Amino acid sequence: MSAPSAPRDRTASPTSTTTTSTTARPAQRSWRVVDIVVAAVVAVACGVIFWAWNLAYAGIGGLFVAFPPSSGLVAGMWLFPAVLGGLLIRKPGAALFTEMVAAAVSALLGSQFGLTVLASGFVQGLGAEIILLLFLYRRFTLPVALLAGLLTGILGGINDALIFNWFPEYTFEWKLIYVAFMAVSGVIIAGLLSWLATRGLAATGALSALASRRAHQEPVV
Amino acid sequence: MAIIGAEQTPGFPTTAPHHCAPAAVPRGARVQAQGWGWKHAGRDRPAVAGLEMDIPAGQRVLLVGPSGAGKSTVLHALAGVLDGGDEESEQTGTLLIEDIPAGQQRGVAGLVQQDPESQVILSRVGDDVAFGAENLCVPRAEIWDRVRGALQEVGLGPEEGITLDRDTSRLSGGQKQRMALAGILAMRPPLVLLDEPTANLDPEGVLEVRDAVMRLVERTGATLVVVEHRLDVWAEHVDRMLVLEPAGGISHDAAPAELLAPGPVRDELAAAGIWVPGYVPEPVELESRALRRVVEHSDEHDPRSSSVSDASNSAVLLTGTGLSVSREPRTPGWRRRFSAPPAPAQTDLDVELDGGSAVVVTGPNGAGKSTLLLSLAGLIPVHAGMLAAGAALKGPRGADLPDDPFRWKAADLVSRVGTVFQEPEHQFVTTTVRKEVLYGPQHARDPRSGERLFTDEEAEQMADDLLELLGLTHLGEMNPFTLSGGEKRRLSVATVLAAGPDLVFLDEPTFGQDANTWAVLTGLLRRLVAEGRSVVAVTHDRDFIDVLDARVVALR
Amino acid sequence: MTAVFPAGAMRSDQGVPFDPAAPSRPQRASLLERANPLAKLLALLPVTGVLVASMDWVSSGIVLLAAVALLPVSGIRPLEFLRRAWILVLAALVSAWGTALVGEDSGATLVAAGPVTLSEGSVMAGLATGLRILAVALPGVMVFITTDPTDLADALSQKAKLPARFVLGSLAAFRLLAVLTEEWRTVGYARRARGVGTDGNLVHRTGSWLGQAFALLVQAIRRATRLAVTMEARGFGAGERTWARESRFTALDAWVILGGIALAVLAAGLSVATGSWNLVWA
Ligand SMILES: Nc1ncnc2c1ncn2[C@@H]1O[C@H](COP(=O)(O)OP(=O)(O)OP(=O)(O)O)[C@@H](O)[C@H]1O
Ligand SMILES: Nc1ncnc2c1ncn2[C@@H]1O[C@H](COP(=O)(O)OP(=O)(O)OP(=O)(O)O)[C@@H](O)[C@H]1O
Ligand SMILES: [Mg+2]
Ligand SMILES: [Mg+2]
Repeated sequence: MSAPSAPRDRTASPTSTTTTSTTARPAQRSWRVVDIVVAAVVAVACGVIFWAWNLAYAGIGGLFVAFPPSSGLVAGMWLFPAVLGGLLIRKPGAALFTEMVAAAVSALLGSQFGLTVLASGFVQGLGAEIILLLFLYRRFTLPVALLAGLLTGILGGINDALIFNWFPEYTFEWKLIYVAFMAVSGVIIAGLLSWLATRGLAATGALSALASRRAHQEPVV
Repeated sequence: MAIIGAEQTPGFPTTAPHHCAPAAVPRGARVQAQGWGWKHAGRDRPAVAGLEMDIPAGQRVLLVGPSGAGKSTVLHALAGVLDGGDEESEQTGTLLIEDIPAGQQRGVAGLVQQDPESQVILSRVGDDVAFGAENLCVPRAEIWDRVRGALQEVGLGPEEGITLDRDTSRLSGGQKQRMALAGILAMRPPLVLLDEPTANLDPEGVLEVRDAVMRLVERTGATLVVVEHRLDVWAEHVDRMLVLEPAGGISHDAAPAELLAPGPVRDELAAAGIWVPGYVPEPVELESRALRRVVEHSDEHDPRSSSVSDASNSAVLLTGTGLSVSREPRTPGWRRRFSAPPAPAQTDLDVELDGGSAVVVTGPNGAGKSTLLLSLAGLIPVHAGMLAAGAALKGPRGADLPDDPFRWKAADLVSRVGTVFQEPEHQFVTTTVRKEVLYGPQHARDPRSGERLFTDEEAEQMADDLLELLGLTHLGEMNPFTLSGGEKRRLSVATVLAAGPDLVFLDEPTFGQDANTWAVLTGLLRRLVAEGRSVVAVTHDRDFIDVLDARVVALR
Repeated sequence: MTAVFPAGAMRSDQGVPFDPAAPSRPQRASLLERANPLAKLLALLPVTGVLVASMDWVSSGIVLLAAVALLPVSGIRPLEFLRRAWILVLAALVSAWGTALVGEDSGATLVAAGPVTLSEGSVMAGLATGLRILAVALPGVMVFITTDPTDLADALSQKAKLPARFVLGSLAAFRLLAVLTEEWRTVGYARRARGVGTDGNLVHRTGSWLGQAFALLVQAIRRATRLAVTMEARGFGAGERTWARESRFTALDAWVILGGIALAVLAAGLSVATGSWNLVWA
């Protein structure tokens, strides 16, 4: 039969790929559709968790009255998507994107932080992003994850206590303590938990379409 | 992007074009494969190897083959969506659409996958159908004409009460499937790929979707490749049938007429597990000793099985009176004032299940079959009415359990009532196929003494036998999520049977199975019934009802 | 787990003349619903800026008053609004209480019971904190209740020129919100059917809750993967695309943005004029 004109540009000759036998390909830097959608869905799931967390946070707020800056200890919950997104997707901008979408979702669901969650999301996401960038998006080991959690926590704490200054009644020392608590929380909840979750997810085979599909077999350090 | 080299090839749409103009599309596309093969990451043998085919433009092809033969893999490759960026998957040979490697073009092939829920992209019907056309740069004015036409074509027009702004989450499974088809239609692709488009649909829906597909290809002249296990629906409507061999290429290339006529080809295909029209395989007889232990629930472990068999069919396992079932939990009073609770899916049902009975629940999509099953299985509370487990189900060791199985602990439930969900993936709790089957027997315990019901050796023997029987042995160390559709279904059935429950609920147990695996599944279930256990299945499968000689409960 | 869904995702505007190519806002919708989402966000920006900058009850009070005054023209049903906002009110109260407790005491002591002291100064500080949180939160809630996520995505990619792949990917993911909440329940049933119980002591329960959350995450990622395949199979991600629905700016949007700026200026101005302006970074 005579081949009708092809729908798309057909400058490349088909013979150029006639016999392709694949060997290892370099990891792609650019985002594929599946990377975008998985990052966004993880963010949405986290957004739901945020929303539930906002509720719980309002409820347990009283616990921290004895020493208010200790509320930073549980703030790591808000930092979770940044590190998780970065570890799962392993592409430049993944941590930032996931955290931003999660923040947007929590804003859409109704957040006591109004529009400012978007700015907070940006600053928090930046923390994890910077660390992953420092390792050139090549290493996703436990120390890297903990570091990413740490910087996310520090930036998040600075954002809350010094930039948005949600606690104007705190003394400066208290604000520093808050930042320190948030850093600890970032290391444990955002760093350690995300790292564990990534390995667990990889072991189930759910990540087979992502760059992190072998995360559970990678060395810890 | 699947095909290597696509990123480097200049001029293809994957490297964003500078202008946005809809491409001139031919009516039908020619598909050629030359020695094409694909090996998934983490597998030691290819899913498809040495595939040779040449499908002229406008031909209608039915692609069949045993479960796990690689049919979905071929369709995904043609649609250019085989997961790429993966260093470990391997491709050989070429797969061309209109002389261009399939992975390098988008929008030429429109793919409808099996699972309706993952076909929905956006939250409004109109937007969802328009989505593909937008991606192909169709001008705005034209898009809405196409959308309306496409919805009309598949029977989702305004006459059917579906407006363009209808919320997509409020469509039934069959309607979602049709909407996905409309989305493909609006793209006007020269190649239409359908992966088991009618699995999970009720018989009426099957014919409706098939007719919509046939109208579509007739009008547009598009090439059609449809994958389906049940041939009778399609055989008379296609030009050609290709049979895919597991881990290989095409083994048969037959015209449908050849199939319908008795003869060597038909017999050969039937032997290969193809559902040739009019052929119903004989359920297999079970041989293995260890398996017999699964179905017989060896006496030294559990005295109740003998008593059940002795009392042949007189022991009542479960009774329900005046049952209403609903997915929505009965909302607490203070919330009810804000929103009226939704009507239950089914009301006023009476149920009595005896040992050794087989019951099949049928009914159209959305009738509430799954909801009923989950309620009877003690997984969701009944909306109204009373459900009570009989002494035969509780067993001598569970005499003091509450009547309502919903109030049992999970450990008590799992050794008495087994449930296979409609969506197999929901139930996977471990990381390999073998561990998944082992999980049940290893965790089955006597709730009182805490002692295990099966030793390690028994559990392993049982797992090995089940895997062997269901054709999953070679997949033992694989992740459950990477299996083919039919393999997942068999695995989920195996996991539940392995725990040795007395009462088994199965939601669509045979979907996606070839004739041979179907024979094994039905053989297993028949044996269960013969041993005095009870099977309740939701299915649209007539043959299943016949071979199990089941009582039919038809919901409306 | 039940989540509160954005109204736009669930609303079906039946009975209203429907022009598919127009933004989804129906003709008879309220002013706020007809405005372009981007305009609403732009209007919210200066207002939030003022509130973030100063911690005083005048600016917060004015913004809150304006929000309450706008409620009738926003088209939000009061019940719907309450359902979304009560938790935020609670959060504001908790913060106010916390601040009143730890805030520097000044003025007359109102309550002194053991370590707890409430003075006039600390109570005023608490009030200001609570008001500020409400003032930041409620206008946001109003904007998001009246915004359809699809329209927001249209505006973000067509007007704000954010990359369409990311915006539409997020929009498709957002639709899964409702699906995932349902899935949470289904996963619970499925695990119970496999013998994974939710009973036992607190540790056991927490463990099984985490297990279920993990299972949900697995399902979310599986769904996302399949959804990506579906989107790619419809030609998504290849490059340029057209838009079936145009995101437009109208005169109304200019007014909305102007209104936001005016409110910000008014709040800041009055606050400065009354001498209560209190820069948080000072
Ligand atoms: N993502 C994947 N990763 C690894 N292996 C896979 C993947 N998808 C499929 N396979 C394997 O490739 C083989 C072919 O799978 P495919 O889904 O193409 O089968 P199928 O013919 O469509 O079967 P079914 O009729 O059961 O749907 C199977 O053995 C399957 O386990
Ligand atoms: N998770 C859920 N939450 C709320 N409602 C649901 C849920 N799942 C189904 N429904 C609704 O409950 C009703 C019964 O659904 P059910 O899944 O039991 O139908 P079914 O007979 O099994 O259909 P199918 O043949 O498509 O599987 C339907 O109207 C459906 O829309
Ligand atoms: Mg398949
Ligand atoms: Mg069902």
